[in-house]
Amino acid sequence: MTSREKILEAVQSSQPDLRELPNLDLFYKTYATVEQDRAKFIQTVQMIGAKAYEVNGYEEIIKRIKSDFEITGKRVVSAVRELDQIAQQYTATDNHELANVELMILPTHFAVAENGACWVDDELFEERLLLFIPQHLVFIVKKDQIVPNLHQAYRLIADKKYGYGAFVAGPSKTADIEQSLVLGAHGPRSLTVFML
Amino acid sequence: MKVMDHAEKSKVFNGDEKRVDWHDETLWFIRKKRDVATHNIPEWEDLREAGSQIKNHSLSNLNHYLQQFETNAKANGIVIHWAKDGEEHNKIVLGLLQKHQITEMVKSKSMLTEECHLNDYLENNGVAVVDSDLGERIVQLAKEAPSHIVLPCIHKKKEEIGELFHEFLGTPEGSADPQLLTEAARQSLRNTFLTRRAALTGVNFAIAETGEFVVCTNEGNADMGAHLADIHIASMGIEKVIPLRKHLSIFLRLLTRSATGQPITTYSSHFATPAKGKELHIILVDNGRTKQLARPDFRNSLKCIRCAACFNTCPVYRRSGGHSYQSVIAGPIGSILMPNLDMKKHADLPFASSLCGSCSNVCPVKIDIHDQLYKWRQVIVKEGYANPAKTVAMKLMAKTLASPTLYKMAGKAARTTLKYAPFVVNNKFNAWYLHRDMPEVPKSSFGEWYNKNRKNND
Repeated sequence: MTSREKILEAVQSSQPDLRELPNLDLFYKTYATVEQDRAKFIQTVQMIGAKAYEVNGYEEIIKRIKSDFEITGKRVVSAVRELDQIAQQYTATDNHELANVELMILPTHFAVAENGACWVDDELFEERLLLFIPQHLVFIVKKDQIVPNLHQAYRLIADKKYGYGAFVAGPSKTADIEQSLVLGAHGPRSLTVFML
Repeated sequence: MKVMDHAEKSKVFNGDEKRVDWHDETLWFIRKKRDVATHNIPEWEDLREAGSQIKNHSLSNLNHYLQQFETNAKANGIVIHWAKDGEEHNKIVLGLLQKHQITEMVKSKSMLTEECHLNDYLENNGVAVVDSDLGERIVQLAKEAPSHIVLPCIHKKKEEIGELFHEFLGTPEGSADPQLLTEAARQSLRNTFLTRRAALTGVNFAIAETGEFVVCTNEGNADMGAHLADIHIASMGIEKVIPLRKHLSIFLRLLTRSATGQPITTYSSHFATPAKGKELHIILVDNGRTKQLARPDFRNSLKCIRCAACFNTCPVYRRSGGHSYQSVIAGPIGSILMPNLDMKKHADLPFASSLCGSCSNVCPVKIDIHDQLYKWRQVIVKEGYANPAKTVAMKLMAKTLASPTLYKMAGKAARTTLKYAPFVVNNKFNAWYLHRDMPEVPKSSFGEWYNKNRKNND
C-alpha cells in the first residue's frame, strides 16, 4: 500500500460524520458608499506604511514619481505602456536580471478598502518576481475598482483562472527584532498607490 | 522523557525577573493590538463562527477534499507527493534536491518542517539550508529553536541579536539598532535568494476546488525564494485543505488580525501553477494528523490556522517563555497538539496552563483549547504518564472528597495548619505548593458558618 492510500484510508476511517458548510450571505452585505470605501482605502494604506494619491492622469503620475523618487541613473521598470517615458518594459527571460531594479511600476486589478491590499494576477504580467524584487514599488489602481472587503474581493476572482495571484498590502516589513517595525525586510522598501 | 519538565524550565526562565516582565509585556502588547483590530470588525464573532464551521466541515469530508485538491493541483501542473510521517517527508525533499544536484536550499517559515526536523536531516545529508524569515534566521544562527510560531525570536533581546549579527554578518560591534540589523539581514539574504536553485515554503491554506495554495508573509521571503528558484517545494499538513477559494475571505480576515493586529499580511500569495520552465511540488504530510482526527475529544485541534493568538494571551506562556515547552509548537495549542505525537514526552504540557480559558476566547476558529487541555490531563493520568508525586496527592484528595467525615476533618486540619504552621505545607516537598501560593485561611468552613448563621436567622 502506498503512503497515499494509507493516508486516505486513515482519513476515511477517522473523519467524523459530515458537518454542514455555513451560510455566508451575511458577509456580502455592505453599507458603505463608493466614496466611503475610497476614503477607507486611503486611510488603511497609510496605516500599513504605504502612500496613496488620487490622480487624474498618467502625466500627474509621472510628475509625482519624479518628485518622490531619485530615479536619475537608476533602473525603472514598468508593465504600464503609458509610462514608457520614464520606464522600460521587462522582456528578459531570466528574472535574476531584475536584481538591480530601483523602481517598479505595476498595474493592479482592484483594491480592498478594509485592508489596503491590491489584487494582482498573471493576466496583467507574467513574471511573478516583479512584485518582490524592486527597491520601491508603485501600484496603479482604477478609482472605481475599490471593493469594501475581502468577501467582495473574492467574489470578483471566484471563478478566475490564473497561475499566480497575490494580495499585496503595503511595503515588505518585519517586526522580528523586539517588535520594532522595520519597512523593507526582503521586498520593496516602500509602496505608493496611485488611484486613477 | 524530558530531563526537566515545563515547570522546572519555567523556573529557570523566571530566574531573571526583569526579562520575564519584558517578555510578558511584549506579548500582551500584541494581544492588545489584536483586540483593537478585532473590535473594528462588527461581524467578528460571525467570522469566527464561519471559520470554525468551514474547518469542521473540511475535516469531516477531508478524504474527499484531499483527492479533489490532488486532482486539480495535478491538472495545474503541480507534482503531488504523500508522506505518512516526517521521515518520509524529509526523504522526498532530499530526493528532489539530489535529482537536480542541488546542495543549497532556502526555506521560508514552515512549522511542519520544524516538526519533521528537516533542517537537521538535510544538513546530515550534505544540503545546507538557510531560513529566510528574519526571526527564523536569527534563531538558526543562534542554534536555537523558534520560541513562538509567528514571532520565532520573541525571547531574544536586540543586543543579543546584535552580537549574533556582528559574529555572522559583520555588523559593527555593540550595534543593536533593529533598522540596521534588519538591513544587514536583507543584504545577506538577498544574495541567498539570488543564488539558490531550490526553495521550500509552508502552506497556509490549500483550496480543493482549484488545486491552488496560499502562503502568507509580511517580509516577502517566501516569494523571493520561490520565484528565483528552479524548483519550489511546498510542505503542508493534510488538515490545511479547505473547500472553496471564496472561503479564503473568511480565513484571511481572521488570520492576521488574530496574529499581530494587522488587517492582512503584506503578501497573500496564491500559487496555482508552476511558473514557465519551473517545477512546483507539494508534499502532503500526515505525521500523526489522522491519529488526532480519530480522537473525538482532540480532533478540533486540527482546525488551527497557526495565528498564535493563544500564545500571546496565555498567562503561562507569557511568563514561562516558548522554550520551556520543549516542543516544536509551544503555547496552549502546542500543548494539545504535541501529546498526540508523543504522549510520554509531552505529558507535562497540558499541565502548563491555568485553564483560565482565554486561549479559547481569542481562537479565531473556536478551538476549545482549555477544555482539551483539561481532557488531556485526564488521559495522561489514566495512561500513567503523570508526575508521580502529584498522582499520590490527587488520589488522597479524591478519597477525602468522597467522604464527608474525612472532608470535614481535613478542612479543619488544613485551616489550623495554614494558620499556625504554614511551613508544613509551604515547603519544597509539597509538589502542589511549588507552583502555587496557598490561599489565606478563612476563620471557619462554609459548613460551620452556615450552621451558626442559620441558627441565628431561624
